[in-house]
Amino acid sequence: MMRVAMIITRARAEEKLLLKAFQRRGIEPELIRDEELVLNPLAIDPRWSEFDIVFLRTLSTSRGLYLLEYFDRWEVPTVNSLRTANICADKFKTSLALARAGLPQPEVRLAFTPRSTLEAVGELGYPAVLKPLVGSWGRLLAKVNDVDAAEAVLEHRQTLGNFAYHVHFVQSYVDKPHGRDIRAFVIAGQTICAIYRSSSHWVTSTARGALAENCPVGAELQDLCQRASDAVGGGVLAMDLFETEEGLVLNEINHGMEFRNSIEPTGVDIAIKVVDYALSLAEQHRQDGSEQT
Amino acid sequence: MSEIVCTECGAELRLDDDVIQNEILPCPDCGVELEVMSLNPFQVALAPEVEEDWGE
Ligand SMILES: Nc1ncnc2c1ncn2[C@@H]1O[C@H](COP(=O)(O)OP(=O)(O)O)[C@@H](O)[C@H]1O
Ligand SMILES: [Mg+2]
Ligand SMILES: [Zn+2]
Repeated sequence: MMRVAMIITRARAEEKLLLKAFQRRGIEPELIRDEELVLNPLAIDPRWSEFDIVFLRTLSTSRGLYLLEYFDRWEVPTVNSLRTANICADKFKTSLALARAGLPQPEVRLAFTPRSTLEAVGELGYPAVLKPLVGSWGRLLAKVNDVDAAEAVLEHRQTLGNFAYHVHFVQSYVDKPHGRDIRAFVIAGQTICAIYRSSSHWVTSTARGALAENCPVGAELQDLCQRASDAVGGGVLAMDLFETEEGLVLNEINHGMEFRNSIEPTGVDIAIKVVDYALSLAEQHRQDGSEQT
Repeated sequence: MSEIVCTECGAELRLDDDVIQNEILPCPDCGVELEVMSLNPFQVALAPEVEEDWGE
């Protein structure tokens, strides 16, 4: 029997679906709340050696990253890996990883002051999109149509107390055909299904009420997602892509996928596929362990 | 199936049998998010505010 820990911030719909999927495989994961944890870098808490795999499902990106650093130090196997999470948690790191792999993405700039950012946006051209480097659910995304709007957004960002908002990530705006983008669900490099997300708003997040419809997984999508998965270290990933005249481009990659709205339109049991992947890693870890002893 | 009372507005919420610890239950009346703090006895509290680094 595999021993699985699932670390959560809150139990969302996804955590319940995952829990049920584990139970269908005859496994009762231990649910652990990140709020309760205290990490000592000098010694591993023996509770963690009980598990064949630790499945990170924290809502909090920073908690997840520190937990992964800790597990990495003690060689506790995790889903996703520290490397993958580190890249995907940050939009600029993701952009760099994709660029290194030669994969298509919108134009991106990173700048440190409002003035240099304005220059960069001016070069990219309007409209452009300003985003927090770490963020999700469409939070604080700003589409700026002209220099006046860009100035205003940057001034507001500077007054936000959090230093993270004082590093400015800019992307060229992609005019999405049919007001939609693509969300692909990728496990170990395989795109198991995808949805179109459409909205009358330029932000097409399902967390913001966009409509989800099945998107057939063609060769271009499968191939691009496979290479993007390799570029960021693999694992369980949700990739956002845009359709352009030159083909698909990658917008961002999420390492803590939400999928509640995608099961019905795609007809794919996403939870069981995620769980089977986690269990295959656990199995592999067990085998590696028994080979060493 | 059990029932609880919304800590914010007093509405009665009916719960599914598969409810789990730390699940978030939106109140159908006032829309507030309640977090399941314990199953036995059944207790809910206002869910913590979403933080800036929460998400996928
Ligand atoms: N450069 C862009 N051009 C057009 N639409 C964009 C652009 N960037 C983001 N969007 C829209 O906003 C949504 C959320 O952006 P995303 O970069 O995925 O941030 P988040 O991390 O908040 O999900 C995308 O799914 C897309 O609909
Ligand atoms: Mg996104
Ligand atoms: Zn209420």
